[in-house]
Amino acid sequence: MTGPSMTTAPAVELRNVTLAYHTFVAVKDVSLSIRKGEFVTLLGPSGCGKTTILRSIAGLVQPTGGEISVAGRRIDNVPIHKRNIGLVFQNYALFPHKSIFDNIAFGLKYRKVEKAEIARKVKRALDMVRLPGVEKKLPSEMSGGQQQRIALARAIVIEPDVLLLDEPLSALDANLREEMRTELKIIQREVGITTIFVTHDQEEALAMSDRIVVMNKGEIEQLGTPEDVYRRPETRFVASFLGQSNLLPGRITAIADGQARVQLDGGPEIIAAAPASARAGAAVTVVVRAQKVTIGAGSKAMPGKVISASYLGGTAAYFVESGGIRLQSNATIDERVWREGEAVGITINPADCLLLDEKGDRLV
Amino acid sequence: MNAVAESRGLGWRLVQVFTVLVYVFMFAPIMVVVILSFNDSQFGGFPMTGISFRWYAKLMENDAVLRAFQTSIIVALITAVICSALGVLGALALVRYEFPGKEWINTILIAPALVPETVLGVGLLLLMRWAEQPRTLWLLVLGHIMLALPYVVLVVQARLIGIKRVYEEAALSLGANRIQTFREITLPLLMPAVVASLLLVFTISFDNITASMFWRPSGVETMPTQILSMLKVSISPEINALGTLMIIVTVGLPLIGGGLARYLARSGR
Ligand SMILES: Nc1ncnc2c1ncn2[C@@H]1O[C@H](COP(=O)(O)OP(=O)(O)OP(=O)(O)O)[C@@H](O)[C@H]1O
Ligand SMILES: [Mg+2]
Repeated sequence: MTGPSMTTAPAVELRNVTLAYHTFVAVKDVSLSIRKGEFVTLLGPSGCGKTTILRSIAGLVQPTGGEISVAGRRIDNVPIHKRNIGLVFQNYALFPHKSIFDNIAFGLKYRKVEKAEIARKVKRALDMVRLPGVEKKLPSEMSGGQQQRIALARAIVIEPDVLLLDEPLSALDANLREEMRTELKIIQREVGITTIFVTHDQEEALAMSDRIVVMNKGEIEQLGTPEDVYRRPETRFVASFLGQSNLLPGRITAIADGQARVQLDGGPEIIAAAPASARAGAAVTVVVRAQKVTIGAGSKAMPGKVISASYLGGTAAYFVESGGIRLQSNATIDERVWREGEAVGITINPADCLLLDEKGDRLV
Repeated sequence: MNAVAESRGLGWRLVQVFTVLVYVFMFAPIMVVVILSFNDSQFGGFPMTGISFRWYAKLMENDAVLRAFQTSIIVALITAVICSALGVLGALALVRYEFPGKEWINTILIAPALVPETVLGVGLLLLMRWAEQPRTLWLLVLGHIMLALPYVVLVVQARLIGIKRVYEEAALSLGANRIQTFREITLPLLMPAVVASLLLVFTISFDNITASMFWRPSGVETMPTQILSMLKVSISPEINALGTLMIIVTVGLPLIGGGLARYLARSGR
């Protein structure tokens, strides 16, 4: 653990990993390097290959190409039971016929740990997940949240090189999910364990991760900190998948003073901050988060009309129309809630606009 | 209004009467055998002339019956153990692994349950004659395994499908190899099905007459073939006693086992 090569080698490394089920390619040429102690989330829509990546690191499926290393050791040809990896499943997968003690002790037994030491470690693991004294119970006697904590304890107690979590919170109800989210993050910090977390819940991903891997159709779309992927989406997919965004196609008519004038297709003109590579005449897509579209009575603003309005307490969600295009606006309520059919002024700060090129990649 | 209620009442009565009749039809012969086994009379029929255990006592002195009983028990036990082991392995392969020809093998394993026993009996016999093998007790065991295997595979498969694969995957990820995983996780969760199939096979083998008549070595009788040959000579009340004993074995055993399986299933969940 302390050798010089260990400190430099990434905790987990995937190099050009590809995996096909028969002819269907579920994971395409994925490369990924994770530092020790990092919490990385695989985020993406259903069927994009998140579970498949996790299962290939665990050894439950065999990649058709590429290399996987854990703690500097090639593992893609090592059988699963020799990989030293902690796995937590969506439905906990606690052994139903074994007591909580035997569940947690299971991995230790195969690591030739002494009886007394096993008892001590199990107790410490249960303290860590805040469930002391449940050793003798059966999994069926525990609630979903408790079972998931036991599953976590069982995976961590073997001191794995990496902890893999496949949608561990999605079977819990909303309140419990939020609570477990915090708790899981605290435990992960405490233990300092490298963690790969799979979810299709973006809020979960943004709240918990050091870095997020946004995936689509078996490929990595973007890899970055939560702020990176949220505020600076690199592709059209990321821009539309995270949060609610307006994607407005158009063409740059002029560039001046670091600002681009964009004529939206079949709509009004909009001013966006111009990245260095922006050129006049280029076809682009303007991306604006719905929260950054504000509406008010202002006269300087772009004129528009409210098509629909939903009151959400602190904020309101609107669809507004302006010169033939439709915009989504989720704004905090400053003046009042605008009603359907009302004429309003739409304001978009040029700094809040990102530009994508024709291929859907962000201009920089 | 009244008429409707009345006709419904009448219909309901009819259903009740019918149900009782069906039960009588099903269980009367069994009751008759059991009751007559305690009849003191020389003749194996009504009327009862007194209650006695003399036919049971006589049975215990009948060497041929005791030998047949022993043969049946041994054959049934060996068949049950081998057949259940094979069935578990077969079902495991069919449910947990992908391999070419899987569908075919599944069909072939189930087929003996669909083919008439007489055909199977003659078939195996012809095969043995062609291979110039003598008819031994092992042939009988082999035949019974063939007869019972489909049921075992079906029972175990059904349970195995219900055992989620994630349990096995979790065990593997924690460091248990495939054999340890089978022993620690799959087999204990499968136990109710194993107990059920042991019992099922035991009864199938113990009860079988059609196929056994073809396969038994000459001079060897199983319980059912023994009864049949006794019937050819005379209808002695001994047969009633024997029948009662067989009922106890073939009904009592599954009842005990069913309870055991249910207990295992409950503590296993
Ligand atoms: N055993 C399999 N055989 C064939 N195709 C599979 C198999 N497992 C997964 N797939 C396919 O591979 C793709 C990726 O599956 P995967 O389970 O990795 O998705 P996921 O991102 O985890 O989705 P979800 O969020 O729904 O869990 C899917 O399109 C799925 O249909
Ligand atoms: Mg998945």
